Formats: sequence, structure tokens, C-alpha cells
Amino acid sequence: MKVLVFTPDLCDGCRICEETCSQTWFKEVNAAKAAIHISELEDQPGRFVANVCNQCGECIDICPTMAIKRDKRGIVRIDKKLCVGCLSCVGFCPILAMRVHADYTVPVKCVACGQCAKKCPTGALSVQDLADAEWTETEKRMKVVA
Amino acid sequence: MASIEAIRAAHKVLAEFEYTPAKVERGYANQTLYVNVSDNTIVSKPVDKKMKHTFIGGRGFGLWLLWNAVHDDTHWDDPENEVILSSGPIGGTTAYPGAGKSIAVSLSPLTHTVVDSNVGGHFGPLLKFAGWDASEVQGIAEQEVSVFVDGNKGLVQIIAAPHEADDSYLLPQQVLELFADAPEEKAGISSVSAGPGSEHTLIGCLNVSFYDVRRKFPRLKQAGRGGIGSVLRQKKVKALVVKYVGVKADSNAPADWEELTRVGSKMQREIHDRDPIMNDMRGGGTTMLTSIMNEFDLLPVHNFRYGSHPEAERLYKDQFKPYFSLNIPNGCWYGCTLACASCVERFQPRTGPYKGQWVNVDGPEYETIAGIGSNCGIFDAHAVLEANFYCDTYGIDTISFGTALAFAMECYEEGILNQERTGGLELRFGNAEAMLELLHQMARGEVFGTVVGQGIRRMKQHLMQKYGADPQFLQDIGMECKGLEYSEYVTKESIAQQGGYGLANKGPQHDEAWLIFMDAVRNQIPTFEDKAEALHYFPMFRTWFSLNGLCKLPWNDVEPADNRTAYEPRVAARVPEHVENYIRLFTAVTGRQDVTKPEDLILMSEAVYNFQRLFNLKMGFGTREHDAVPYRSMGPVTQEEYESRADRYDSQLEEIGFNPGGKSTAEKMAALRAHREQRYESLIDAVYKRRGWTPEGIPTLETVKRLGIDYPDVVALIEKHTA
Repeated sequence: MKVLVFTPDLCDGCRICEETCSQTWFKEVNAAKAAIHISELEDQPGRFVANVCNQCGECIDICPTMAIKRDKRGIVRIDKKLCVGCLSCVGFCPILAMRVHADYTVPVKCVACGQCAKKCPTGALSVQDLADAEWTETEKRMKVVA
Repeated sequence: MASIEAIRAAHKVLAEFEYTPAKVERGYANQTLYVNVSDNTIVSKPVDKKMKHTFIGGRGFGLWLLWNAVHDDTHWDDPENEVILSSGPIGGTTAYPGAGKSIAVSLSPLTHTVVDSNVGGHFGPLLKFAGWDASEVQGIAEQEVSVFVDGNKGLVQIIAAPHEADDSYLLPQQVLELFADAPEEKAGISSVSAGPGSEHTLIGCLNVSFYDVRRKFPRLKQAGRGGIGSVLRQKKVKALVVKYVGVKADSNAPADWEELTRVGSKMQREIHDRDPIMNDMRGGGTTMLTSIMNEFDLLPVHNFRYGSHPEAERLYKDQFKPYFSLNIPNGCWYGCTLACASCVERFQPRTGPYKGQWVNVDGPEYETIAGIGSNCGIFDAHAVLEANFYCDTYGIDTISFGTALAFAMECYEEGILNQERTGGLELRFGNAEAMLELLHQMARGEVFGTVVGQGIRRMKQHLMQKYGADPQFLQDIGMECKGLEYSEYVTKESIAQQGGYGLANKGPQHDEAWLIFMDAVRNQIPTFEDKAEALHYFPMFRTWFSLNGLCKLPWNDVEPADNRTAYEPRVAARVPEHVENYIRLFTAVTGRQDVTKPEDLILMSEAVYNFQRLFNLKMGFGTREHDAVPYRSMGPVTQEEYESRADRYDSQLEEIGFNPGGKSTAEKMAALRAHREQRYESLIDAVYKRRGWTPEGIPTLETVKRLGIDYPDVVALIEKHTA
């Protein structure tokens, strides 16, 4: 499955990734709308961490309308037509990488589009092909039905 | 069973009403739907600002509409009576857990006055999005009908529905096939239905459906209390159906989405973090309560004689959990991650019309386990599940069923009933086979099932008149108040909860107040004034949920991590941060800026609560004598009960200056009873005073003026009774 992978040793905290993400998806530079958030470690100045979806898929089993599915590349996506904006996925994301912004009713998450990785000047971000996640309960049911 | 094609072919539209669906604004559609199935009229009624400010929505709207529809001599089975469903302004909100409740209101066949019963499922929210804040069904149809509201097309129909199944297992499935034009539309359909048990008893429930997109069948939640299902079937209504395809985050059109996202996502995270270490509702709903109640001597056993039993662990959560399919959504409305609606996907009944078939069951919840299980001495999880399935299928309230059956069983054990009088049923405590047979009799309208199905109040009359049973004994052990059967908690050691049940507007249901821990276990409200304050605050606060379309569970079945450390215990019991959430939620949805503090919520409820008390008065009840409770709820009725907890009772007698030494059990019981009955009267005095009522329990003119419900007919009613 495709996942945006962050290498902390290479990050210099320029936050171009946040700008790129919001520009790509919302046509504006606004870090609050970005699917990736960079923050500096309080106890280690100059060291940065990224908070971004790792495509684990736990949100698939939380969504009451089955608006969240994994696509063929393994990327977890929200179907805007089915989303009812209940924010269950926002509250239940194990790493708090599902976000909500007041301008939108559908949550914002990373879909490993790779635009930020292309723009990252230090190579701290890359889209990699990792081992597939285990099937969620929802996927097991749907595959059995199919 | 008729095919869908045959069912559809038999449909005949008896009346049709086209409308332009109102766009919801800040939680309101601003109109209600009136349907009369006697003369097939369908009318839209406006909702004005005064109605919204005084009655808010949900139960408040139901009470107001019914007040204007019935007279003081209207009987539950008169055409004038109505079945009303309404959600409330917050109802239909997806971004906060527990915001999809509907509240049913009607004149009850059990209490003969107004009753409200709250229920999950998708009906109320979809009804609002279809353009209606409430639906009001009046009249009695000449033939079996369904009422269909299509919120996408703007169409209401009364449809002759002769061939639909009459049970609530098949009917909701048929409704989906009949009204969904494509499979993906099923999620936009919800039905309200009862069943054959509702027809033959007075303890009928409403089943409200929601479509489960993963399990691919309709799930059911129940408006159980007060026999509203019996009213629906008496009207010859098979189903109320609403269709609205296209629910979105903003379908409820909140005034401030940004604030909703803040308070909603905070609450979602709290449930994620706290539920697993608190009640684990997500891991089995309310089934965890059985062990807690048994441990604290609060679990009803053998018709509330006792509060615990050595075999109770056979009804603990671990006995039910293997039946449940978990780890996928179990909320009864979008966004409820507390997810208490446990589902058994594959269950095989051993009796009845579905014997041997694989069926699905919603539940059981604690009340069902305690009522049909321990209270009837049936420590058998499979039997409880089977009874749960058939109660829902037949449209029977599991609580009234369990409590009424427990009463009948005690009468059997005491020799008041025998096999001859029960038509052959050996109704001993623990006889699961007899319990299930009685349930099937209710559906078939046969013999003793219909006797128990009249409820305890009428059963007492039956036993006195027909068999000369001792009226005092029946009064003492018959766990009903106002004609409604008790829900499933032993209140003997909590005087506050005796009042919580006895003073409840609709009858003894715990949704008004649950004060047992606060009162009897933790001793946080020692004086009568403390108890009266609790019996003011909590019933008012909980009423507020039913005005808004909210569930109570996310209020205090999960708490912020610092709740118990940040506040002293009595304040912590109110869960202040969640109260603050509700103020924010209400403001974010309605845009009202005048609701800023907890007292503002209480004031909203007070108006409706007092109005309901006065509705009882209008119908010939609502005074002190109707708040009397059976002695079984206060203390030991039989010697066995006293002696089973003799140390506890003896020491209590010593505390009040009565030396139990050398006294017979009968003497000690009499002294304890006199003391406890006196305490209950003192409690009532204190509560009436706190609520602004006369010593007879009637809201004063000052109270109704303060609350803005001093309508001319309300004032006339009070003057008539207090002159």
C-alpha cells in the first residue's frame, strides 16, 4: 500500500509540505487545512515530527456510512457523497491524523498524492510502497459478500 | 408470507398530500405533519417562535400537540388519541454522539394519561429532514394502513396495507423493499411499527428502524414504555414510514458548524479514550450493568424481593458478549460512537413461529436482562435473548413484560395463581419455558398471556375480583405506579430513588432520575432538602435531552478524565464539562444566544416538565395520591425478605431508636415500614416545595407564570383544583 513516509533526520522544519498540501487540495496556503502537520519537539529544538495518515485503516471500521474505503493502491479515502460529517473518524484516529476544518463538512486526510514529497527540499518525505495492512472487519465482510 | 410484489399490488393510496419540503433552519423545519387515518386528512401545521421557545421540540412538541388534540375525558382508544413522534432541534446532528433520538407521546393504555417514551433509530431525524418537526397521527383507520412520508419528493400518503407482515421482524424488511428505489436508498428509510402482541395487550412498544449498511438488514430500537405500540395497532396503523435520502453533515443546518466541530470532535476523542476504561459501552452496551447491580444489591430478583442472586453471573456481560458482533458501528444514529446498540446477527430461537430459523436480535439491554432474567429468576442468557427477540417482533415492551411476569410468578408461588388459573402454565420463578409460552400467547391473543398483558394494575383487579386475593398484599408486591410497571432497579435502600420513580411524570421509569449511588451508596445527599434538590435538578436536566432529540448516555456514561478530581463528588455527578458541551451544542445548532449557563437548560425543562404534570392533572391524575408507590419499592414485604437482610434492617431500627432485641420479625417489619413510609411522605413534601408545587402536588399559579405556561386553560385547570 502507498504511504507517505516521513524521515525526521532530514526535516529542517520549512513547512513547505503543509503549504503544498493545502494549495493542492484547497487552492490556498493555509496550514490549518493541510493533511500533514509538522511540529518542533519542545525538548529537542531543531528536531521535527510529522503528523500524517499512515493508511492503517482503523477509520474504515468506525465510519457509520461506509464512506471510508481503501482504494486499489491501498490508500484510505473518504467518499464525500457518503460522508455525513459525524467526526467519528476524527475522534477515533489512533494517531489523530484525521482532521476537520470549519470550512468543510468532510474531514481532511492524507491520500499519499505525493505533491508534498515532490516539493520537499530536503527529501524528508517520500511515498513508499509498504506491506498491505490487515483487512479491517468491514473489508472482511465486504470481501466475503463479494 | 406475501411476496413484495403481492404486497405492493394490494396497496391502495387512500389519501395523498403534496408539499414542498421545508428547508431545515437551525434545527427546525418549522412545521409539523398532521395525519388523520379516520377521515384520511393530511395537514401541515406551522411551528411558531413561541412554540419553539416554550416547548423546544421532541417531548415538548409532543405534549403541546397532544394537549390540543385531546379532552380531559379522552380515552386511550378513542379516535382523538394520537401517536406523536418528534426529535428536537439538536436531533439529526451528526457531529455529536447520541443526537438522533425520537420521542413518542400518546395517551397511555396503562396509565390513561400522557406518556412519553424515547427511542433511537432514524425516524425523527429523517422526518425533520423531510420537512417535519413532528408527526401526529390521529383517528382509527377502517382498514390496515401505512403512512408514508417521502421527503425527497414532498409527498405524504395514507396507503391501505393489507398484506404487510404484522410483526416487527419482517415488516421493517418489507418496508425497505417496498420504498427503496435502489439498494443505496435503504439507509434513507426508517419505519415505526408494533406487532401482534401490541394488539392483544396494553404493553405494546414501538419499534423504530435504521438500516445497517454493513449487516444489510434493518435494526430496531424501541419506544417501550407506556403501551404506545398498543395505541398504534388500535389505530390499525401497520407502519409509519419516512424516506429521506441524502443526509449530510449540515442537514440540520446548524447556526455555527465551526463550534459544532470543536465540541463534537472533542467528545469523539473522549469516548475513544475513556469508554474502554469506564463502561466499555462499545464492547457490549449496557449489559455490563448486571454485575454492578448484583454486587450492590440493586438487581431485581424474584419480583424485586431481593437485590442479588448467586446465579446472577449467568446473566453477566460475558454471557452475552459472545453473541454480539462488535468492532463495527453500533450507533443508532450517525456519529454515536458510544455504540450501545449491540447486535446478535445469528440467533436460533427454540420456540415460537421462528423456531429453528436463523434470525438477528437487537440487544439485549440491561433492563431486558434484569426484567425478564433475574426478576423472573430466569438465569439463562439464551432464554433472555429469545424473549428479547420475540418482544421486539411482537411489539411488546420488555420492561413491562418482565415486571408484570415477575408479579404473576410471585402470585403463583404464593398460591394466588395455580395451573388451573393460568390455563396450564406453571409460572414458577425460573421457568423459562413458561415465560416464552406466555409471550407467544400474548401474540396469539390467547388465555393467560392477555391477562398478564393488561399490566399489573389490571391484573391486581383481576386477582381480587376473580379469586378474592388480598388487596393489601397485591398492592404491596405489584411493582407499578400510576399504572406503569417499574423499570429494573431495587430501590429499597434509596429513598431518593423511591421518589425518582414515584414522582416521575409518566410512571416509574429511570429516565427521570437515577440517584441510587449518590443517595444510598455514596451518601452524598443526606438530608431531605439535598434529596429534593437532586429530585429537582436531575429530572429537569434529563428532561432536557428529550426536548432536543438527545440520548442520555453520552452525558454520564462516559466522563472527562478529570471529572472526579476537578469537582467535589456532588458536582462531579452532574459532569459539568458535559453540561457545558450541551450549552455549546444547543447554541451552535439553534443560534440562540440566551442560553449560556446550566440554569438556562433547567429552566427550559421546567416549563415542559410542569406542563406534563398539569397534563396528568387534566386527565384526572397528577396529584399526591398518584405518586404513592408500592411498599415493595420501599422495604421488605415478606418475612423472607426481612430475614434475608436482617442485619441491615435491625441496625437501621436501632438507629431510629427501636430496639430489635427480642422482637418478632413481624414486629420489626411493622416498625421499619412505619418509618420508611413516613420518610417517603417527608421526601414528597420536600420535593413538591422545591418544585414550586402545592402540598397536593399541583404546580402553583406563580410557578406556571414564572415558566411562561400560564395559558388560559392551564390557569383554569389549576384554579379548579386548588380552589
